[in-house]
Amino acid sequence: MSFISYLINGISLGSVYAIIALGYTMVYGIAKMLNFAHGDVIMIGAYVVLMGMTKAGLSPILAVLIAVIICTVLGVTVERVAYRPLRNAASPLAVLITAIGVSYLLQNLALLIFGANTQSFPTAIAWKGFSLAGGTLNISGETVITIAACIVIMVALTLFVQKTKQGQAMRAVSEDRGAAQLMGINVNGTIALTFAIGSALAAIAGVLLCSAYPSLTPYTGAMPGIKAFVAAVFGGIGSIPGALIGGILLGIIEIMGKAYISSQMADAIVFAVLIIVLLVKPTGLLGKNIQEKV
Amino acid sequence: MTNMTAKLKNINKTTKNNAVTYGIVIAAYVIVQLLIFSGNLSSLMKGLLVPLCTYAILAVSLNLVVGILGELSLGHAGFMCVGAFASAFFSKCMKDVITLVPLRFFLALVIGAAVAALFGILIGIPVLRLKGDYLAIVTLAFGEIIKNLVNVLYIGKDSNGFHFSMKDSMSLKLEPDGMIIVNGPQGITGTPNDSNFTISILLLLLTLFIIIRLVHSRDGRAIMAIRDNRIAAESVGINITKYKLMAFTISAALAGVAGVLYAHNLSTLTANTNNFGYNMSIMILVFVVLGGIGSLRGSMIAAVILTLLPELLRELADYRMLIYAIVLIVMMIFNWSPKSIQWREKNLAALKNKMKKGAQ
Repeated sequence: MSFISYLINGISLGSVYAIIALGYTMVYGIAKMLNFAHGDVIMIGAYVVLMGMTKAGLSPILAVLIAVIICTVLGVTVERVAYRPLRNAASPLAVLITAIGVSYLLQNLALLIFGANTQSFPTAIAWKGFSLAGGTLNISGETVITIAACIVIMVALTLFVQKTKQGQAMRAVSEDRGAAQLMGINVNGTIALTFAIGSALAAIAGVLLCSAYPSLTPYTGAMPGIKAFVAAVFGGIGSIPGALIGGILLGIIEIMGKAYISSQMADAIVFAVLIIVLLVKPTGLLGKNIQEKV
Repeated sequence: MTNMTAKLKNINKTTKNNAVTYGIVIAAYVIVQLLIFSGNLSSLMKGLLVPLCTYAILAVSLNLVVGILGELSLGHAGFMCVGAFASAFFSKCMKDVITLVPLRFFLALVIGAAVAALFGILIGIPVLRLKGDYLAIVTLAFGEIIKNLVNVLYIGKDSNGFHFSMKDSMSLKLEPDGMIIVNGPQGITGTPNDSNFTISILLLLLTLFIIIRLVHSRDGRAIMAIRDNRIAAESVGINITKYKLMAFTISAALAGVAGVLYAHNLSTLTANTNNFGYNMSIMILVFVVLGGIGSLRGSMIAAVILTLLPELLRELADYRMLIYAIVLIVMMIFNWSPKSIQWREKNLAALKNKMKKGAQ
């Protein structure tokens, strides 16, 4: 029975990774940049919910809504101020280093505003969950809601990208930015929209992550952020179903590694997965192979 | 004939440039020594001398990968960690065997650099097939794995020889007289304090010498050709893997040297996020970016200033990292944004014209 409960925990954690990985994979696919600050947007979202619920006494749903709005604005602002000027820079390292700078900026802003102390996250999900198999297998409300949220987001996003005009524009920009511009697509607007969606999802992921692991510091977002990037690479960067598969597999690997190998080595195991994937199949499980042209 | 003079001028220029770099280090050394002799240096500053050199070596060696090879490595602190632990392990074992301090430190140095170089090769062979963002994230992953492994490593020694464990110090099964050398998260305690300011400066000079010689050699030009255009470099027969690996390994070995200095300046060596983790790697990257990517002198000076500044401005300590972050972003946009480059060129040209007119 413990194996099944580990598996469910793994899928739950993996669902959070998958939601974060969506932000990475969409931004990478469309803007061709690794948004290092994505993990810190999660942390900001979690802090907003924490403040909304404890200081302002808002209901969880309202607090999450406000966090989504703030993170969306934050993501679009960061894109406009820090990333857009460097979009056509000569070196691809420029925007990567800037993203690291933004990540540091968000962490240290949170440090100044909210302090370095670990804050315990309130229970945003009141439902206690249910137990199966005569009480030996408990499934918490957080787990059910996390997995459900992940499925809903995946379906909605896939429909958006496949069926709407904006989604079509996104796919066009990700394929060939120059050609998309010539066809009259607003490239800057499309990239800003991508950042908005990614950041909104990050806020939701922040709440789900902190509901499952209720301790919050300014550095909370960094590690899940990097792991979600690993998940995005694992599934094939730029692919939405890839982010789902990569995220869930990574969550299962991490929880199983913690349970059966060594809890201290869990991070090392996750990173080892990344290295093996990149060496064996650099395009990931569902990624497309793109030939480099001279 | 004119060609010859142009060539001479050219040679003189680079030689002069390098001489200035060495000169700055030597001048700094002389000034610090004078301050120490006249008793004008506080104990706080004295304690900072070796770390300053350590950070300068790290920054200069990372610049070899970021500036000269043109790839972003986010795992530089990992190599420093390897060098620090390998050399501290050696020094602690040999504390009573080799009593001649310079010899012991020299051997520790060789071991630290060699082990870090070995890790550089082992990690470099798979990693350097990737490029850009992927390479950055994989080096970050390796840095974290190294830090993680060091934290679960237990090594002890007794009359039966060495014992290893990855679980805890009890499972080493040492005899009562045995000694724990590496104690998991508690790291290595009791490393002899063998490093000092003079050795650190000499090592910094050596680091600069190695990298400057490399940059001006045939190999260095091949490395820079890969940076400027990988496909073009490959098409003229440059062995990409070989030269990438060469730059990466030398950089790793020098980071190992910095690790040796770091380990022998502290009596307790532990691996945490701030000294050997991701934060440290980013810190070194900040030195390199602010000093100017590709400028060895710049990285060195940036490392020194950015380490000294927060110590001198204690009241700003809370805002230190925030200011670093903002400066990093602004510098990148100012230096690399096509619009800002255009703006600079336009205004500089206008300024030059004005100056010319003023002179006439």
